[in-house]
Amino acid sequence: MGRESTTVADNASPTSDNAVGTQRVKRGMAEQLKNGVIMDVVTPEQAKIAEDAGAVAVMALERVPADIRKDGGVARMSDPDMIDGIIEAVSIPVMAKVRIGHFVEAQVLQSLGVDFIDESEVLTPADEAHHIDKWAFTVPFVCGATELGEALRRIAEGAAMIRSKGEAGTGNVVEATRHMRSIRSAIKRLGTLDEAELFGAAKELRAPYDIVKEVAELGKLPVPLFSAGGVATPADAALMRQLGAESVFVGSGIFKSGDPARRADAIVQATLHYEDPAVIARVSRGLGEAMVGINLDELADSQRYAGRGW
Amino acid sequence: MTHRPTIGVLALQGDVAEHQRVLDSLGVHTVKVLTPERLDAIDGLVLPGGESTTMSKLAVRYGLLEPLRKRIRAGMPAYGTCAGMIMLADRILGGTDDQRTVGGIDMTVRRNAFGRQTESFETAVDIDGLDGGPFDAVFIRAPWVESVGPDVTVLGEVPGADEAGRIVAVRQGGLMATSFHPELTGDARIHRLFVDIVKGLA
Repeated sequence: MGRESTTVADNASPTSDNAVGTQRVKRGMAEQLKNGVIMDVVTPEQAKIAEDAGAVAVMALERVPADIRKDGGVARMSDPDMIDGIIEAVSIPVMAKVRIGHFVEAQVLQSLGVDFIDESEVLTPADEAHHIDKWAFTVPFVCGATELGEALRRIAEGAAMIRSKGEAGTGNVVEATRHMRSIRSAIKRLGTLDEAELFGAAKELRAPYDIVKEVAELGKLPVPLFSAGGVATPADAALMRQLGAESVFVGSGIFKSGDPARRADAIVQATLHYEDPAVIARVSRGLGEAMVGINLDELADSQRYAGRGW
Repeated sequence: MTHRPTIGVLALQGDVAEHQRVLDSLGVHTVKVLTPERLDAIDGLVLPGGESTTMSKLAVRYGLLEPLRKRIRAGMPAYGTCAGMIMLADRILGGTDDQRTVGGIDMTVRRNAFGRQTESFETAVDIDGLDGGPFDAVFIRAPWVESVGPDVTVLGEVPGADEAGRIVAVRQGGLMATSFHPELTGDARIHRLFVDIVKGLA
C-alpha cells in the first residue's frame, strides 16, 4: 500500500489487498473527529496553539473568513508551502479548503497529503453548476449545507462529512443555528413518512431516493454532522452541540479574538461539557475581547457565502 | 462478576457513540466516562478511536489520567481501539513531547505508523481465538505495535505487502487493544470477546 494507490473500491470485499479510499475509510475518519473542535489556522504557530488547546484537527488556510470578507477579491486554495508548513508543525490531522467545483485544487491538496478537504463556500466558487465528484478521490471531503436536500446531494457526490454553512467570518451564530435546526427537523420529518411519501420527499429534497430512505431509517445522516460558520464563544460552541452538531468548526472566532490560546481552550472545554452550564460559565470568564462580529442585516446578499453551492 | 455489567466508554473525544451502539446491541449497560467519579461505577472501559494527543491532553486537564491508571492497575478490564490502543500502551513512538498514556499493556506503539489519511485502508485480519473467519478491519491513520513484552499475547497481524507482519491486535490479561476500528464495521465479535473478558468468561 502506498500513496500512489488509487483503489476506490466502494464496497470492497475483504481480500489480502489493502483497500484505500473506501467509503468506510473516509466516513470512519470523519467519525474519529467527533466530540471535538476543528480550528482555522493561517500559520504553523497558530496550528501549534490550536493543537496545544486540544483541537482534534486544524483547517489550514491563507486568510480566515473575516479577512477574506475584508480584503475582497477571489479567495482560492492556499499556497502549498503554507500547507506543508502546517502539516510539519502539528501531529493532529490537517484539513484544507478548495473552491466549490475546483477538482484540480482538490487533486493538489490530496497530493500534499492533507487528511480532509473542505469544498467550501467561503472560497470563491469555481463552478456554478457542479460540485466536485468526491468519489474520485482517496482523501475524504466535508461540504457545507443549509438544509437537508443540500446535505444529501453532497453525500450523493461522496462527501464523508456534512457541516452547517452558517455565515463564516461574521462571528454571528444565527445562520448556523438556522441551518442546524433546518437539517435536524427535516430528518425528523422523514422518519414520519411512509414508503410512498418518501418518493415524494426525495423529489422535494432533490436528492437520491436511496439516501433519503437511509436517512429516514437511521434518524440521522449516514455521515457525521458538524457545525460551522459564526461560532465565536464557548456558549456558541455548546449551542451547536445541543442543536445536534457532533463537533464544531471555529474559523475566525479564535484568532480574531483578544486571547486566542485561552479562547481556544475554553471552546474545547465547552464543546466537551456542552450540557454542563457550570463548566461553560467557568470557561467563559475573563476571556477578553471576542471578535467584533457583523450583524447579518448589514450584510449585502452578494456578501453572503451560504448561498454559494447548488 | 455482575450478570449485566456496566461498561464505560471514555468520552473525552472520538467515536464514542459507535462503541456504545455495539455494546448496547450485546445487552450490556453503557455509560459515557467524562469525570473520575464515573470511573467508580463501571466494570470495564472502552477507550475509543479519535485523536490520541487530544485525548491525552484532556485526560490530564480533567484529572482523569491518574484515576484511570489506578483502576487499570487494580485490574479493571479495558479495550482500546486506535487512539485507545495508544492510550493503553506503556511506551509510544511518534507522539508529541507532552503526550502521556494510561498504560497497562507492556508494548511499544508507534502512532500514525500506517501514515496519513490518504493511506488509511481496510483489509481482512485473522484474529486468534475468534470464530467465523477473518475480521474486516478498518485502519484510520492507524498505529501499529512495534514490540511487546513477554506477558502480551499477539492476537493479529496485518497481511499484505509493505507492512506485512505488523502487530495490530494484542491482549494482556484483562486488557485488549486493536489498531483498527471494529465499532465501524457492524461486526460485534471483538466487542463480544471484551464483554466476556469483563464478565470473567474469557
